[in-house]
Amino acid sequence: MATYTLKVRRYQPESGEGPYWEEFDVDLDPSLSVLDGLLQAKDRDDGSLSVRCSCRAAICGSCGMKVNGQSGLGCKTQIGEAHEAANRRNGGSEPIVVEPMGNMPVIKDLITDMESTHWTKIRRVTPWLLPHGEAPEREYVVEPESMIDITQSMACIQCGACVSSCLSMEADPDFIGPAALAKAYRFVGDPRDAETKERLHDLAHDQHGIYDCTHCFSCIDACPKGVAPMDQIMRLRRKAAEEGVDDDPNNGANHVNAFVKMIEKKGTNDEALLIQESYAPGIKGKLKPSKGAIKGLVESLPTVLRAIKTGKARSLPKLIPGVHPKLPDGAQDEVKAIYEHAEEHREEFNLYIRGEEDVEPEPEPDETKMEETA
Amino acid sequence: MPTHDVLVIGAGLAGQRAALAAAEQGVSVGIVSKVHPVRSHSNAAQGGINAALNPGDSWESHAFDTIKGSDYLGDQDAVEIMCREAPEEILHLEHLGVTFHRNEEGKLGTRAFGGASAARTYYVADITGQAIMHVLYEQLMKHADSVARYEEWFCTALALDEQGECCGVVTRNIADGSMELFEAKSVILACGGNGQVWKPTTNALICTGDGIAMAYRAGAKLMDMEMIQYHPTTLAGKGFLITEGARGEGAHLLNAKGERFMERYAPNKMELASRDVVSRAEQTEINEGRGFPDGTVALDITVVPKKRVHEALREIVLVGRDFAGVDITREPIHIKPGNHYTMGGVKTDVDGRTDIPGLYAAGETACVSVHGGNRLGANSLLDTLIFGRRSGADAASRAKRIDRSRPSRAVLEAEQAQIDAISAREKGSGRRVSEIKFELGTTMDAKVAVFRDEAGIQEALETVRRLKEEAESAYIDDKGAVFNQDLLGAIELGYMLDNAECTCVAALERKESRGAQYRTDFPERNDEEWLKHIDLQLNDAGPEISYSEVTITQWEPQERTY
Repeated sequence: MATYTLKVRRYQPESGEGPYWEEFDVDLDPSLSVLDGLLQAKDRDDGSLSVRCSCRAAICGSCGMKVNGQSGLGCKTQIGEAHEAANRRNGGSEPIVVEPMGNMPVIKDLITDMESTHWTKIRRVTPWLLPHGEAPEREYVVEPESMIDITQSMACIQCGACVSSCLSMEADPDFIGPAALAKAYRFVGDPRDAETKERLHDLAHDQHGIYDCTHCFSCIDACPKGVAPMDQIMRLRRKAAEEGVDDDPNNGANHVNAFVKMIEKKGTNDEALLIQESYAPGIKGKLKPSKGAIKGLVESLPTVLRAIKTGKARSLPKLIPGVHPKLPDGAQDEVKAIYEHAEEHREEFNLYIRGEEDVEPEPEPDETKMEETA
Repeated sequence: MPTHDVLVIGAGLAGQRAALAAAEQGVSVGIVSKVHPVRSHSNAAQGGINAALNPGDSWESHAFDTIKGSDYLGDQDAVEIMCREAPEEILHLEHLGVTFHRNEEGKLGTRAFGGASAARTYYVADITGQAIMHVLYEQLMKHADSVARYEEWFCTALALDEQGECCGVVTRNIADGSMELFEAKSVILACGGNGQVWKPTTNALICTGDGIAMAYRAGAKLMDMEMIQYHPTTLAGKGFLITEGARGEGAHLLNAKGERFMERYAPNKMELASRDVVSRAEQTEINEGRGFPDGTVALDITVVPKKRVHEALREIVLVGRDFAGVDITREPIHIKPGNHYTMGGVKTDVDGRTDIPGLYAAGETACVSVHGGNRLGANSLLDTLIFGRRSGADAASRAKRIDRSRPSRAVLEAEQAQIDAISAREKGSGRRVSEIKFELGTTMDAKVAVFRDEAGIQEALETVRRLKEEAESAYIDDKGAVFNQDLLGAIELGYMLDNAECTCVAALERKESRGAQYRTDFPERNDEEWLKHIDLQLNDAGPEISYSEVTITQWEPQERTY
């Protein structure tokens, strides 16, 4: 048993006052959760402290919140660890900071309006199975692995932690977002669904769709269930390419291809070429650029200029094609080897599909940690 | 005043299934839930759902296992219906999109479960309840035109018309505190069980017996309220559930001496005997000093191949890691019996009808009774779906048949007055709601648990009655309208106390040991006197006891060994 201080961002909508901070001292075993701490404060000190919660076991998805700035579930964040994290962050004996989730309006204290953000986005992806024709007399016969594969996104409990943490959504509130796109993959990856291509076309052509993700990994960090929403988004992109959905107005698929080829060839990103290659790939593209390519290139000019001005892209003389620095020694061969390995071993990182780990020698590295960041 | 033909209270599996079944009949349906539907406690059902769907299996075998599991208190006509209709329901769910585990041929695969004579449990890893519930919610979103969802609305009372028929519900919109009287021709209670009456429990904080208490207050009969399941594998202290699927996959139970003690209690089924049998065995080991110092025994999952654990028991890998600091693939985890399931509830027939016309109940709120004295693992999801569907269908056909009668606004005003009275109590005028809940939970867990006797139950009943009086003056801090959880907690406490009183009265009455009711002062099953249900109905002084027959179709009671 130890005493912890929770510094809670409070908001009482009927008070006429804005949000404020309030500290609560709670006495708990370090293995108990931040939610247990909040409930103790609510039970002992102030019943008006409001937080959605139900299962206390990371199953119901009610208690999404930010603890020390990190989005997650209050019930799954151990208070002892949160205390240490607060100290590491601020150096010294700091309180554990508890806030409502981000990217959503706050209703009261830690309760956010998930309906207007999270659920509206979920409904955006047509979140139900669309099979064609009559259902079979018995079950649909499908590859066993395919069911295990989409079970990863079925593991989503709709807690909103990924939405709360999403940096792309902070920049573009209309981004469909990690939770809804993970939900979309649950249907795209489902062999029983007959609208795979239509779904992919829809999500690729939406300006705020699958190409709006910037691979920041925040959602993977935040997700308490190992759904790894960003991985699901990348699967949607890959699947879109496989299904020939490459004509999206965001030029997303071509951009992906250009980037992949460039790294294979040069090892690092050549900004001088990336946009050109994205819109007008190869010599063919340069000689006979499509209308869309010209439009896209012209429209990219302000971005290019801004990038040069801020130093994000290198200075003008170095933007001349061909002067891009090569990787030292044989490093480029190693990059190629990675590509070859990836081509030969097209494995998905999926918590529900494990390799032959039973034959791995003991002791093993901490797999669960590796999975989470995979 | 929101008006529907069929109004469903509660949006777990039973409620969502009922709403979808009613909507199929083309009537207007509303579904009201105090939490967002996907937060409902059906989520927590990990292991799977039973059905005799394999060619070598039969519904009769499933029914016999269920009846034997119930210690012959289950009504056999209802059990027959549930087991006959199970395969079709599984296929329906599969067609809707549930990602059931497949065998190597790509067909539905099964796992073994407790008390079953065949591997007939269909599953999605160990998130079966969640996977099914999210798929049903997908269907609710799809059918938004025919099912109106009232998410985060709390029900405080049922409304009856002058003929005593149920015609509506008083609700509070949690978001803004406004009170509404909903009108409906049929009302289905699907509010889950009452696990929060015990502390600790595997149940979520929302499982406060609301539906059971509302029906009881309206005059409906309750049945089998003494039958409270203690699950054999819960984490000490916090009460978190470790799925029976772990034992289904081959995990062993060990005492502190490392003995696989189930050999002494159920030499044939071992760890996969009925839950009441396994829980009693564990508690006996603990009571006789063969447990660990923290009052537990061990569940050893390391004997299950690691790949299989990751694929099929993923959730409990996380539970072990996050909530017990144990890697279950490497070391045994300490567990003990813990409160888990309400076998009893609102007495219904096989179409969910209670003895109040227009009022239905389904799922854990209801007592059909298919579980009798002890529910088999993976039969609860089945119960919610089969009887949820049947209730929804019957409620819809009633709605088509009858004329609407309007509920009186007096009931709404009375509820508002009650809420105003709670809010008006001054700080310090009585105890805090949380204190009363704590005393209730720990008392029930100490006195009305795996082993019971007259003195203990009597003591618990007296405590409950004192707490009922104290609850009358318990005060709350939050006086606001928006998301006043403090107020809802005070109302829920009232529901919990009614549930507790009924359980104590029934447990005291049943002077024998059957299923989950084990009386150390009456250690034998006594079919001559007690092969019957205990029914409870509210009168002025509290629950009034009567009895009803157990329906026996083809399975005469036998001695029960595993």
